[in-house]
Amino acid sequence: MKAVCWMGKHNVSVENVPDPSILNSRDAIIKITTTAICGSDLHLYNGFIPTMESGDILGHEFMGEVVETGSSITNLKKGDRVVVPFTIACGNCFFCQKNLWSACDNSNPTPTAQETAYGYSGSGLFGFSHMMGGFAGGQAEYVRVPFADVGPLKIPDGLEDEQVLFLSDIFPTGYQAAENCNIQEGDTVAIWGAGPVGQFAVKSAFLLGAEKVVLIDHYKDRLELAQKENENLEIINFDVDDVYTKLLDLTGGRGPDSCIDCVGLESHGSSPDALLDYAKAAMFLATDRIHALRQAIYCCRKGGTISIPGVYGGFLDKFPLGAAFGKGLTFKMGQTNMHSYMPQLLEAIQENKIDPRFVISHRLKLSEAPMAYDQFNKEKDTWRKVVLKP
Amino acid sequence: MQEINTIKENTTEAISKIAEKSGEKLANIKENAVPAITNFVGSLKQNVGDNERIVSVVAGGGLITYGLSKGGLFGTAMSLIGGGLLFRGATGHCHVYKAVDKSTAAPTETRVHVQKSVTINKSQAELYQFWRNFENLPQIMNHLESVTVLDDKRSHWKAKAPLGYSVEWDAEATGEVENERISWHSVEGSEIPNSGVVEFLPTTNRGTEVRVTLTYEPPAGKLGALIAKLFGEEPSQQVAEDLRRFKSLMETGLIMNIKGQPSGRISEVAEEMSAKSQAASA
Repeated sequence: MKAVCWMGKHNVSVENVPDPSILNSRDAIIKITTTAICGSDLHLYNGFIPTMESGDILGHEFMGEVVETGSSITNLKKGDRVVVPFTIACGNCFFCQKNLWSACDNSNPTPTAQETAYGYSGSGLFGFSHMMGGFAGGQAEYVRVPFADVGPLKIPDGLEDEQVLFLSDIFPTGYQAAENCNIQEGDTVAIWGAGPVGQFAVKSAFLLGAEKVVLIDHYKDRLELAQKENENLEIINFDVDDVYTKLLDLTGGRGPDSCIDCVGLESHGSSPDALLDYAKAAMFLATDRIHALRQAIYCCRKGGTISIPGVYGGFLDKFPLGAAFGKGLTFKMGQTNMHSYMPQLLEAIQENKIDPRFVISHRLKLSEAPMAYDQFNKEKDTWRKVVLKP
Repeated sequence: MQEINTIKENTTEAISKIAEKSGEKLANIKENAVPAITNFVGSLKQNVGDNERIVSVVAGGGLITYGLSKGGLFGTAMSLIGGGLLFRGATGHCHVYKAVDKSTAAPTETRVHVQKSVTINKSQAELYQFWRNFENLPQIMNHLESVTVLDDKRSHWKAKAPLGYSVEWDAEATGEVENERISWHSVEGSEIPNSGVVEFLPTTNRGTEVRVTLTYEPPAGKLGALIAKLFGEEPSQQVAEDLRRFKSLMETGLIMNIKGQPSGRISEVAEEMSAKSQAASA
């Protein structure tokens, strides 16, 4: 089959590889009908995530049709249409049973690297380095799905692939980020990063009852799209306005009740701290650039919540813990507990409360993936979300 | 001791060289400092492992050379840091390690003692029953080839060793409390005398804590070297991985793996293709 392979930093190619096969009795093989490139795939593309190996198959946002099932699978049959969550979870361990699916104890076959780096290992992820289990991803014609009796969500007839594809990651990720804010009546939520997760976080914050939502970025097209999609949304272009001053102005001097960092470890910015982060990351003195997170902590009101769906991997420098402590902030973060959100968000799509297709900017063939990675990485304003068809 | 004396001499010599190069002022210090250092070195206990010592010596030497060639405040600072590293490498003693009570030096005792635990979301009875049938254990312990139960008390164990060798011994159950603990030891005259206990401890609502304690005495010579390889350099890591497989098998019914999945690695693709064509022609 054809598969998009990570061959090295800034180097992906479409390779002919063997078809996947059933390796465990709880596996299923899915024929991919639609897949997508995630912003976090760019962290791999840019070489920020360790333990990638040349030849690894990329992709963790995908859906398709069941073509083969392992001997223990009874919930799926050939021909079923499914969306697969990017986190792999067993459903049997303490964490899965507490709905902490992304902390599954049994789905990462190579947990030692994470245990060394983090103390304990999280769940396995598709196509996201050997530290995360080394599972072959879904930017391919076929994929092996482990624990297929737990993860895949069956899609009823009448819904197009593009309407439900983002249930595989970014919609639940944006939703969990907003839910982690514990939004109360009258709340203002400020969101850094107008990429697809930020776009879904905006919609989710409104769905969960936020009175005011403010989106912060400097990509004009992305900000305009969000404004078009959400009529009550406030935006701040940080190239034009000072974020803190503007947020105070929008909240009567209180500051936002919750702040969501949808940016993660490759934060942009041209302030002195952001430039210092670039220099340090380049010299391996720190691994992650955290300008957006610093700003969110600074802007958040006393006793507020910082919610972090953006991906971080290593060490942060100049993390303003003093400000966080001084204001008594609450932090919520982590990979998304996908399995908890997928059924209810599918319902929201069926009830027309949201149509996730608005984030798509490009529809391409799987064979065009190398060009898509390159362009998505360079032209963030116009290349927002790439959907690939095998 | 011969070796340590040589190291001491080398250290003294290196420090002398630094002093010479750094001019007269340092030469004065040298006169007073060197005997004091020599005495001091003799009183130090080794707490740095061999590999680390080599790294320290090489890095330290490099920094001294670099520092001296630079000169100035920066160069002096680099030389001093280099001197510290060289000292640490040469003597095998690290003051930082001492302060935090750490040591990377190899222990002198040959008996290996390992204790590891894991929490499994299953009842004591289910876990006990799996373990009590020792013939199940090769499923979770990768280094075991087979276990054969001989009678109520005794079983025969066979472990894989590198280069096609294997190691065998008979074990005897020494104590058993149903659903709670099983202990065993190898019978007299085994190649690897060993003993162990596995305990299944209840928790309030988190399943069962499984605690394994193992002790074994690797024999000397060629066989000992093979056994060292068998258990890896870190026997506690080996036991941790066995327990992880136990947990996974008991909780999910399988042990997750990725061996055999596709990738764009040329060697793996070729291997897979040739296996398929062989299967097709057969």
